[in-house]
Amino acid sequence: MSGTAPTPKQRFDRWMVRNGRYLVIGIPFFWLMLFFLVPFLIVLKISFATAEYAQPPYSALFQWVDQGINIALNFGNYLFLLSDSLYVTAYLNSIRIAAISTVITLLIGYPMAYYIARSSGTVRSVLLMLVILPFWTSFLIRVYAWIGILDREGLINAALLGLGIISEPLIMRQTEFAVYIGIVYTYLPFMILPLYSTLEKMDGSLVEAALDLGCRPWKAFARVTLPLSLPGILAGSLLVFIPAVGEFVIPELLGGPNTLMIGRTLWDEFFANRDWPIASSVAIAMLLFLVVPIMWFQNLQGSEKGDGK
Amino acid sequence: MNGKRSTFLFSALVFGFAFLYLPILLVIIYSFNEGKLVTVWAGFSFKWYATLFSNQGMIDAAWNSLRIGVLSATLALAIGTPAGLVMARFGRFKGRTLLSGMVAAPLVMPEVITGLSLLLLFVTLEQLVGWPAGRGMTTIVIAHTTFCSAYVAVVVQSRLSGMDISVEEAAMDLGARPGKIFFVITLPMILPALLAGWLLSFTLSLDDLVIASFVAGPGSTTLPMRVFSSVRLGVSPEINALATLIILAVTIMIVIASILMVRSDRRARASRATSGT
Repeated sequence: MSGTAPTPKQRFDRWMVRNGRYLVIGIPFFWLMLFFLVPFLIVLKISFATAEYAQPPYSALFQWVDQGINIALNFGNYLFLLSDSLYVTAYLNSIRIAAISTVITLLIGYPMAYYIARSSGTVRSVLLMLVILPFWTSFLIRVYAWIGILDREGLINAALLGLGIISEPLIMRQTEFAVYIGIVYTYLPFMILPLYSTLEKMDGSLVEAALDLGCRPWKAFARVTLPLSLPGILAGSLLVFIPAVGEFVIPELLGGPNTLMIGRTLWDEFFANRDWPIASSVAIAMLLFLVVPIMWFQNLQGSEKGDGK
Repeated sequence: MNGKRSTFLFSALVFGFAFLYLPILLVIIYSFNEGKLVTVWAGFSFKWYATLFSNQGMIDAAWNSLRIGVLSATLALAIGTPAGLVMARFGRFKGRTLLSGMVAAPLVMPEVITGLSLLLLFVTLEQLVGWPAGRGMTTIVIAHTTFCSAYVAVVVQSRLSGMDISVEEAAMDLGARPGKIFFVITLPMILPALLAGWLLSFTLSLDDLVIASFVAGPGSTTLPMRVFSSVRLGVSPEINALATLIILAVTIMIVIASILMVRSDRRARASRATSGT
């Protein structure tokens, strides 16, 4: 083949061998860059704009004036967030509700994951499938299911009234209690699965050794099992906590008008008030809160992959 | 597991599963209830299914959602698979940390933030380059593709890192080109992961309310958006019927998928046993 000029196909093949690697890296990189990373910069930009009656409804940040760019940064949105107790309350509420829900999810999920990890063969596969199944059915519908149970005319009230335990229907829906139930219910599989995968990999002989050496079961659990399952606890907790902070659907459908959560506030600012700059600054403030847990999660995700290799 | 401890664990398990399944079970039961109230059983009937199927708005929304789901899942595969491959097989390269960050973050990012940021991107892009013109199906598909590809990447990556690299290395030593190795060896081996990734993406796309609400335009109402607006005010028996249909479809899918997976696992184990490794 030497001497003759390469055909276009050969040239293409050679180019592919040389640059294919970059192409493979490039496709996901470019896509995620454009549609995941850049959007945050735009949110940041618009959080410094002022709301205007225009299309789109915010002021331009950069303006060409004579020979230079005129940059009009407006910190007012952030000052507004800090000064209006609504937002501060919503942030604190979200973090508290998410944290409490995470703990409850962990308390319910841990024994389940432990049992599944210790069971064998077919039982284990069936139990795992039962955990995963609700995760595949619609999230919205699972939240909706609780409306029928917790409502004023719902199932619990009907049962309690029928049994004569209460004479007035209890208010359960549209309370913070209902929001806890909703979050724990929908996020439980996210807690169980990472817990299961660390517990399953754990060396059972360590606990046996502790027991053989006269350690009491509870102590063996606290001293051996619990520390060893810490990565799973962390991963599960972050998988529940981070999205729960920004949850919108659950407080909207199950919570009351007083259940302020930041995701809901952002939604209202955007859809009801059409104040895009304020919505953006709410988002940026939420991200600042979540940056540390997100980095933590990413590290965990990375180190787990490192072990597998 | 002995005595008291296993009793405790077992009751925790039963309680957990009851908690997970009772609400779903109730929805299914009440979808067949003649009456409108959840608390009163007025007799068995398919009435709400008939109402559901005569609701044109609901059917249109379901079509939109299915189309968006298929498109997004397929695109997510095209973007997530190379991402997973790169993370599992390419070793170190410039920007690896950034890529792994962009793959992990969408998994936990609150949906309101993702939705808002994508919307603002689309608006800005439209101002700058005139694309995408307006919002609708296209913008929803792009949004769903983005967060689904992160899930695909994670599934592919974990499959690849649990897989023996020696076959690929052997092919490389024998002079096969990287592209060929991928299509002839790697791709068939990760096929189950790709299928799982596709199904996961499809389900996530079908289920998403928040992100779609931000980036939707007129005429692109999805099923969750429709459901949301009708359950906001309380229980609606029609939604019970819809929920039952969705649960049925998902259950059938999962059962088939797990049977297939158990079988391919067994086959893989059998072939490994015969080849003596």
